[in-house]
Amino acid sequence: MVNITINNIQIEALENSTIMEAAKSAGIDIPHLCYLKELNEIGACRLCCIEIEGEEKLVPACDNVVQEGMKITTNSARVRGACRTNLELIMSQHDGQCTTCVRSGNCQLQKLANDFNLLENRFEKELPAGKAAQWETDFPLIRDAGKCVKCMRCIQICNKVQSLGVWDLVGTGSRTRVDVSENRTISQADCSQCGQCIVNCPVGALRERDDVEKVTAQLENPEVITVAQIAPAVRSAWAEHLGIPEDSATVSRLAGALKKLGFDYVFDTSFSADLTIMEEGSEFLEKKTKGELKQYPLFTSCCPGWVRFLKSQYPQLVGQLSTAKSPQQMFGAVVKSYFAEKKGIDPEKICCVSIMPCVAKKGECSLPAMKNNGVQNVDYALTTREVMRLLQAERIHAEDAVEIPFDNILRDYTGAGVIFGATGGVMEAALRSAWYLLTGENPNPDAFQTVHNVHPSDSQPWKEAEFDISGTTVRIAVTSGLGNARKLCEAILRGEVHYDFVEIMACPGGCAGGGGQTIHCDDQARAEKRGSLLHKLDQNMPVRFSHENEDVKQLYKEWLEKPLSEKAEELLHTDHFAPV
Amino acid sequence: MERLKLEIPGQEQRAFQELCNDISRRINVSPMGLCPVDITLNVIRMCHAQSCGKCTPCRIGLGQLANMLESVLDGAANVQILEMIERTARTVIDTADCAIGYEAAKMALNSITNFRQDYLNHVHQDHCMYGLKHAVPCTAMCPAHVDVPGYIALVKAGRNEDAVRLIRKDNPFPSVCGYVCEHPCENHCRRRMMDDAVNICGIKRYAVDHAGKIETPVCEKPTGKKVAIVGGGPGGLTTAYFLTLMGHQTVVYEQRPKLGGMLRYGIPDYRLPQDVLDSDIQYILDTGVKTVLDTNIGTDITLDELKKQYDAVYMSIGAHDDKKLGIDGENSTNVVSAVEMLRNIGEGKVLNLEGKRVCIIGGGNVAMDATRTSLRLGAEHVTCVYRRRIDDMTALAEEIHEAQMEGAEILPLHAPDHIETDENGQVCGLWAQPQIISSIGSDGRPSVRKAKKDLVRIPCDYIIIAIGQAVHLKPFEESGIRTQRGAIQAEQTCFVSGSGNVFAGGDAVSGPATVIRAVAAGKVAADNIDQFLGYHHTIQADVEVPAPQHTNTPPCGRVNLTGRSIEQIQGDFDLVSMGISSQEMEQECSRCLRCDHFGYGILKGGRNIQW
Repeated sequence: MVNITINNIQIEALENSTIMEAAKSAGIDIPHLCYLKELNEIGACRLCCIEIEGEEKLVPACDNVVQEGMKITTNSARVRGACRTNLELIMSQHDGQCTTCVRSGNCQLQKLANDFNLLENRFEKELPAGKAAQWETDFPLIRDAGKCVKCMRCIQICNKVQSLGVWDLVGTGSRTRVDVSENRTISQADCSQCGQCIVNCPVGALRERDDVEKVTAQLENPEVITVAQIAPAVRSAWAEHLGIPEDSATVSRLAGALKKLGFDYVFDTSFSADLTIMEEGSEFLEKKTKGELKQYPLFTSCCPGWVRFLKSQYPQLVGQLSTAKSPQQMFGAVVKSYFAEKKGIDPEKICCVSIMPCVAKKGECSLPAMKNNGVQNVDYALTTREVMRLLQAERIHAEDAVEIPFDNILRDYTGAGVIFGATGGVMEAALRSAWYLLTGENPNPDAFQTVHNVHPSDSQPWKEAEFDISGTTVRIAVTSGLGNARKLCEAILRGEVHYDFVEIMACPGGCAGGGGQTIHCDDQARAEKRGSLLHKLDQNMPVRFSHENEDVKQLYKEWLEKPLSEKAEELLHTDHFAPV
Repeated sequence: MERLKLEIPGQEQRAFQELCNDISRRINVSPMGLCPVDITLNVIRMCHAQSCGKCTPCRIGLGQLANMLESVLDGAANVQILEMIERTARTVIDTADCAIGYEAAKMALNSITNFRQDYLNHVHQDHCMYGLKHAVPCTAMCPAHVDVPGYIALVKAGRNEDAVRLIRKDNPFPSVCGYVCEHPCENHCRRRMMDDAVNICGIKRYAVDHAGKIETPVCEKPTGKKVAIVGGGPGGLTTAYFLTLMGHQTVVYEQRPKLGGMLRYGIPDYRLPQDVLDSDIQYILDTGVKTVLDTNIGTDITLDELKKQYDAVYMSIGAHDDKKLGIDGENSTNVVSAVEMLRNIGEGKVLNLEGKRVCIIGGGNVAMDATRTSLRLGAEHVTCVYRRRIDDMTALAEEIHEAQMEGAEILPLHAPDHIETDENGQVCGLWAQPQIISSIGSDGRPSVRKAKKDLVRIPCDYIIIAIGQAVHLKPFEESGIRTQRGAIQAEQTCFVSGSGNVFAGGDAVSGPATVIRAVAAGKVAADNIDQFLGYHHTIQADVEVPAPQHTNTPPCGRVNLTGRSIEQIQGDFDLVSMGISSQEMEQECSRCLRCDHFGYGILKGGRNIQW
């Protein structure tokens, strides 16, 4: 510990902590915009500049560490004045159209401007024009150059965490801007569409492609049967801005709100997560038995960000991806076949809307291969944020909605399906059922906890484990975050490690920390907390094995016969080599 | 009423001059990778501000050039504008009344010619091709990319041993470089924006002089792969060091009895003491590098045999042959090449110059080495004859200065014409043609032409020729190694294409260069040989660099090394330059602006902890 003084208050701070962190621990809030703990402590925005006794100039609090005896002032006229001026400078290049901005009310710059009582900007407005301001508007990720504040957080998250380097500083001098790196367009840039840049953008420069209006049009069309499915991870985050207690913010309440909105049917994607386990788990056991996993493992395929990553970065491994469609796509496929037939609905009249914690799901649902009988499995994928905007626009207060059960015949879901939303969850669910399929008995559902809520580090970029299932050794690995995925792929390709089954999710912490989830401006990481909530829900579920999902069982009995049957292959599996 | 008054520079004039000095220092150390169109625009704007405003092309033309450049940068122009810029620039060049106008337009025209692709990129894609690739100027300018701010911070913290370990991550010759590096790292030091470059080389020498004995690092587990290295100079030993750390067995073949190459057989002891060189070499050998000395490739063993016996071969044979002047009398007795003279001394065969008059021909560092060595060998009079001006000599300024201080005469603007011999065929004089400095050549250096003066005779007993070195290629060409303009043809990865398993680097590929460039080639070769052998080892230092202190760094003079006073130069081969004191070290270290932390470095590329 070191002793320092901030604004004449003596405090003890952790050695090597930044001035920003030390002040925070003493309850002193230093304004900041570009700061992103451990990832972007670069002193770019200069809003956190403070005074240190004996220093000639102001010093940024984010990228400098405390030293014994340091005397810091954060509330002098000089500090406030500098922060205000820099804030005005940033705003002079920010297209502050707050009324039409997706981040209005949830924007770090807007909050700072309000906090500082900035009622006017004395600097001339300078906004990008011409080609530099243009964007491919049908891409699932949308960027508004006029709103970018050059905080570099997107660059850092994409480089350091996702290892894709989609963003970079372009040009030098006064025209320096953040843009797609290496003079590429976004569709050329191997973007995984994970959306981590969006959730880490302090302003509205990055967002998902907004499909709210399109869904509204479908809801208003009496000819269309609208079917919603809610992904497992959405329940962990959707109500975070509503200020209601955790046990009131249930997925059943969100289902109630969606019903109020006009959806004809509302389901839980956890159902098709269970279905995925049946298909993917069986595929795994088949490949394992046939000895097809001796060199390279089977990779999970439920995360479209990861699938896009693998296709662009390691095409030689694409053949190792499970052919099972993701739960989103399986759901759409089942709704527009089995469900439609049972209900006597023309599949072409069904509009399947998925509510996802994810941006890449927008890309996935429009892949040409994701069709059966010429009908797209899923029509629209909305992020958690979009569905909240949809509810607001319809003046539905979700916090007041009543909790309702999901609709019938695809209603049942298990704890195994719910944990799909957290890193390690797919693996854990698969192992529970693999055990059953190999031994005919259920394991203790908590027997595979070692793979859940894995938090990789630089020294341990993935978690591995080995299980003996009645004489069969199953070696598995789990990781999340594409940088970690890259390290794992490299190690696998070099033959340094060998696994049978590998789960990868593109977003750190899995879908709970997904790029389509609720955004906050309080520097708090939430993936872990949300993941724990999903595990808690699993623990409290009456059924925790996918193979015990009654509606899934019924589906096989009446329609699909058995996992990997010809019909299941056609409906629930895909070709990762199909043109995109 | 007085007609004339003395003009005394006033406060304003001084302030204006200071502003100009600040700009010129600043522009010299511009970061690399800036947008050339943007820089051109702003240069033209500054030139425009210098205009007196009398003539049309300068007063209006420069402004219109700036407007057009701006529209290129804004992505608002179409491709025809490039022609318009060229046409306008040519008109200003042709018609502006004075240099303020036409020299400015020349810069615009050169810019659009040299960076045409970038102009097109701006026009078509609103995108600049360039960008900051290197955040830290010193590290970027160092060919081996040594972590300069890192080791300066460590020296400042009293951690000399860690500093040397950090240097060895990229360069296993810290001691040698502390003494004789040409320190390109200092050329773009950002401190120059304030006052002058940090004396990086001096700080490095302080670190190696005070580090004490450092334990040999542990090598990776043996791979079973064997690599032969031809040539035991700085490049070859660098490759051997890194490959050995990676777990490969390396064997260095050296044609002379001792390792070190030009460091031992080219650089005199008064600049680089043998024990300093030996300490670096011993550290390298301690990792497990094997050596085969006194062995010549081509006669004792062929390259083809090495290629078969080893998984890969690195050729770092250097440039040890001398170049000829091609003038009459060159083959006379007592005409020697500098390389040969210095090599003989390295081998203990000392030329006795006692009481002799010696002429050295050349203007590079080797010429200075020969000049100063001749003085130490007892020469009565030493003249260094050079065809251009002293300012144009490629030797380091401090070398020239020290040679003069030690009593050598530098005779610039004299081109050797022929060598006069006596009846025994021995040198008795050098005839030289006086020159005048002339127009600037395409390389940016001024050329010379004949002065309207007669030939001059410089009486002398010895002539030492130091006009460059050549690579001894014959035995390698016979083994099918491709060569081009007197050097081995190798790729940027050091791989010699078509050779199967041969890599090459250093002077043998680049032509005669510096120690640090040989080290850089050795490092690149080690990395690519490792990959070639199917591995991906990394080299790191495991040294944590202290965070910068916020100590204010007001403008402050640079500490320079001082020379030892020499009373009797004959026979005095002891080290001349004296290292900096600990007080000077502290001040010099605190001048470092820590570009690894402040500015772009903290965003990207500030520190590579491994390679």
